Amino acid sequence: MAAVPAQLVAALTAAAGETRNPLIPEVYDLVWSLVCFLIVFGFFLWKVLPSVKKLLDERAAKIEGGIAKAEEAQAQAAAALEKYNAQLTEARAEAGRIREQAREDGRKILAEMREHAQADAARITASAQAQIEAERQAAVASLRSEVGSLAIDLASGVVGESLDDKRSRSLVDRFLAELEAAEPAQKSSV
Amino acid sequence: MAADEGGFHGPSIDEFFPPVVLFEGTPFELNRVMLIRLLAVVVILLLFYFGTRRMRLVPGRFQSVIEMGLDFVRVSIAEDLLGKKDGTRFLPLLTTIFFLVLTMNLAGIVPGLNLAGTSVIGMPLVLAVIAYLTFIYAGLRRHPWTFIRGSLFPPGVPKAIYIIVTPIEIVSIFILRPVTLALRLLMNMVAGHLLLVLCFSATAFFFFEAGGLFSLLGIGTLAFGFVFTLFEILVAVLQAYVFTLLTTVYIQLALAEEH
Repeated sequence: MAAVPAQLVAALTAAAGETRNPLIPEVYDLVWSLVCFLIVFGFFLWKVLPSVKKLLDERAAKIEGGIAKAEEAQAQAAAALEKYNAQLTEARAEAGRIREQAREDGRKILAEMREHAQADAARITASAQAQIEAERQAAVASLRSEVGSLAIDLASGVVGESLDDKRSRSLVDRFLAELEAAEPAQKSSV
Repeated sequence: MAADEGGFHGPSIDEFFPPVVLFEGTPFELNRVMLIRLLAVVVILLLFYFGTRRMRLVPGRFQSVIEMGLDFVRVSIAEDLLGKKDGTRFLPLLTTIFFLVLTMNLAGIVPGLNLAGTSVIGMPLVLAVIAYLTFIYAGLRRHPWTFIRGSLFPPGVPKAIYIIVTPIEIVSIFILRPVTLALRLLMNMVAGHLLLVLCFSATAFFFFEAGGLFSLLGIGTLAFGFVFTLFEILVAVLQAYVFTLLTTVYIQLALAEEH
């Protein structure tokens, strides 16, 4: 390795006419070289590299901090998700419960209403029947009197003589009683 | 060299020993090369002072570039070879070597400077000696006996062969390593500078002294000079990388349990 430089040096010294040997250092050369080295070395050792090291540490801390923060955020997000899921399940269960309750209530209300309606219907039917009965009775009563007088009038006309009041009344009554006795038989046959 | 009769000045080794500017005769003599070195130091101080003065977590453009440079040494060289712990331990030295060599190398192609601070033996030698002392210190501090045994008597070799292997190892580890480290850098820079001087002084000669048809040759030499300037940028970066990498490898070998 040293062979090539040695040849070069030989050639160079020969060319320079043996004036100077470039391989023998002058004192001032060494002094200034050392001075330069020491200045730069001290500068790097005490000034540049410490501040660079500080910066790199800060940067690493920042990155690590960022990673830690991200992890924390992720954990928080996961916890929140879990909480929300739990809440959601709970809410769903609650909704189910409420729906069940509503259904039951509905059923109950429906049954109640049906009962009510049935009672109402029964009541209305009963009152209608009572009214019908009452009207029938009234009709029967009015008919009894009118049919009697009509029949008498008719009979008087036919017979040509007036029947006295007392006899005619008993006649009519007997007739109607017969009629009434026949009526239920007629009704049931219908 | 050959064209002394004309105005052509070929490059010589004296290029690297320019006249003294200040403090002549003292150990603090200043010449152009020393001034270029000091300028390189100033440039490093300014760049890294302003690049790391107010460092922000999210770097701006300038800070990004500075960080990229520092990360290159820290991650690609130190931590890659030495691991996180030892890499951090030797990082100041490796960073210093890399940027000092890189800046001084690049001065070789900066117009107006045109001379690398590492093209005179002092700087490469000082750095090589420091690298040498560092890896010996690293080995002795970690495990003195393993280091010495591993260096002198590499395992896995038949005992009789140690008669040959041990001297080779001594020469290779304790003599050739620092020497090659220093000379590789020095000679790359010296040769690069001489090549550029040759190209450009030839161009000047062909254009302004010879004239005529020789100007065509001048265009060729100018083009060569340009290409070699680009090449020198590559060499500057490469040599800074190689110097730092080899220092790291030597430290790694010294720290390793098995050699």
